[in-house]
Amino acid sequence: MGNKPLLEVKNTGIQFGGLKAVQNLNMVLNQGELVGLIGPNGAGKTTSFNLLTGVYVPTEGDILLNGERINGLPPFKVTRKGVSRTFQNIRLFNELSVLDNVKVAYHSIAKHSIISSILRLPSHFAGEKEMEEKSIEFLKIFSLDKYKDELAKNLPYGQQRRLEIARALAANPKLLLLDEPAAGMNPQETKDLMDLIAFIRDKFDLTILLIEHDMNLVMGVCERIYVLDHGQLLAEGSPEEIRNHPKVIEAYLGEEVHDVNA
Amino acid sequence: MKKSKQFWPFIIVAVLVYVVVQVLISTGMMNQFYSNTLILIAINIILAVSLHLVIGITGQFSIGHAGFLAVGAYISAIITMKLQLPFALAIIVGGVVAALAGLIVGIPSLRLKGDYLAIATLGFAEIIRIVFLNIDAVGGAAGMQVSHLTTWTYAFVCLVITIIVIVNFTNSRHGLAAISVRENEIASDAMGINTTYYKVIAFAIGSFFAGVAGALFSHNFYIIQPSQFGFLKSFDILIFVVLGGLGSLSGAVLSAILLTIVSTYLQGYPETRMIIYSLVLIIVMLYRPKGLMGTMEITDYFKLWRTPKGGGQHGK
Repeated sequence: MGNKPLLEVKNTGIQFGGLKAVQNLNMVLNQGELVGLIGPNGAGKTTSFNLLTGVYVPTEGDILLNGERINGLPPFKVTRKGVSRTFQNIRLFNELSVLDNVKVAYHSIAKHSIISSILRLPSHFAGEKEMEEKSIEFLKIFSLDKYKDELAKNLPYGQQRRLEIARALAANPKLLLLDEPAAGMNPQETKDLMDLIAFIRDKFDLTILLIEHDMNLVMGVCERIYVLDHGQLLAEGSPEEIRNHPKVIEAYLGEEVHDVNA
Repeated sequence: MKKSKQFWPFIIVAVLVYVVVQVLISTGMMNQFYSNTLILIAINIILAVSLHLVIGITGQFSIGHAGFLAVGAYISAIITMKLQLPFALAIIVGGVVAALAGLIVGIPSLRLKGDYLAIATLGFAEIIRIVFLNIDAVGGAAGMQVSHLTTWTYAFVCLVITIIVIVNFTNSRHGLAAISVRENEIASDAMGINTTYYKVIAFAIGSFFAGVAGALFSHNFYIIQPSQFGFLKSFDILIFVVLGGLGSLSGAVLSAILLTIVSTYLQGYPETRMIIYSLVLIIVMLYRPKGLMGTMEITDYFKLWRTPKGGGQHGK
């Protein structure tokens, strides 16, 4: 693992009317790190993800990927630069087969034009074949190939999460953003997910940033954790440091009352 | 993509249908009424399939299709009647100008979603109609005389080309991108797909074929008037697509055939025509709420017969 920062977030913030949803966000993600982003409900975690992926344009600050500014780019360009994500509420292409879901992510790898597809030129067949083969290979890695002709909406919940992660990875990211991957999972499924996250990080040489409420998962897999509250960075550190950080405890559990008889 | 397997059977059936009808027409066994109905069916299928690409595949709810039909109709009529150029050229130019109109309308309005897009496209179609209404060179409200040039051959060739282009577009990475926009635009964007580009492209291709249908339409009735291209015409086309099943091309074809026949035969009963037509729509939607074909294609039924297990790609 190198030490070159992959992602730098510099004093980034966004304001919706009078509401500062996120402000003064500073983050550095190094190549190959697995970092957690936690915070109470409404802290601005998903908003931060939306800033990183181009869904929102930050009203202040800069976001650099490998030293290149990515704020202001539309989401599809950010993805092509190498930032891919999953969603808090699963967003699969429900009426498409599992195979086609992954194929969509390979869209920008194939290069054949609309004209070549309409006229069925050789480049169309070559491109489509390449997409199909790569997608099937990819599904095998995630042992989803047995479901390849099933509609995405018919998969069990845990497998849908798995497919969403697979699809995000098929877009060939350098940085993977996971938004509450364990939401709604039982302990066994969460454990499988932790194994999966560890597996993909090694296999694909990725940097991962994940939002999660399941503290077992966060403390178990993350090397570093950022804590957000009220749109601001509250703390940063190793899982151990975060666990004992007074401000974090305060944000999650409330303030201790010192002066009872005041 | 196994679709190439379906290509030759499709061509064979198409050639057979063409030859049989052409022989019947040229030997005089089929009278003017029936051949005209067949041409009308072909035009309606082109319209239905082109709107299917916009609504059924890309999921953009546009109800201004008659506007592009009008562009194709008027532009092609100007080319044959005013410029005295050949009809084949008129069809192509009609389509191209309609596609340009589609781009002009699509680029600003496809930023809108759902109901807002529907209203915007409806508004644009009305603008197009009013523009033709106020140009004296094309006859204004009185309409424009057009010679009868549309034949079964022209209509059928255009129909086959339309279906091939739209099927080939749909069954490619581009079609998949368009479907992903329909399924979940945010996820599609996050997968690196330029959603605006695909929405506009689908809209432009749909408009192109609506323009082609317009050229056939205007040269089939001796006269065109702006009132033929009002929003009711847009709804007629929309009904083909919805009744056939959103996302099903064969459904769109089937319902265009069915409704054109029903509508033609009901012309003998002008008092009750619209009542019966509406009843047909209500009954179909009651018993097949997802449309005649749902999201299935005709070819899926063949697959179901082959594999008794069923399910398959479009299983329920």
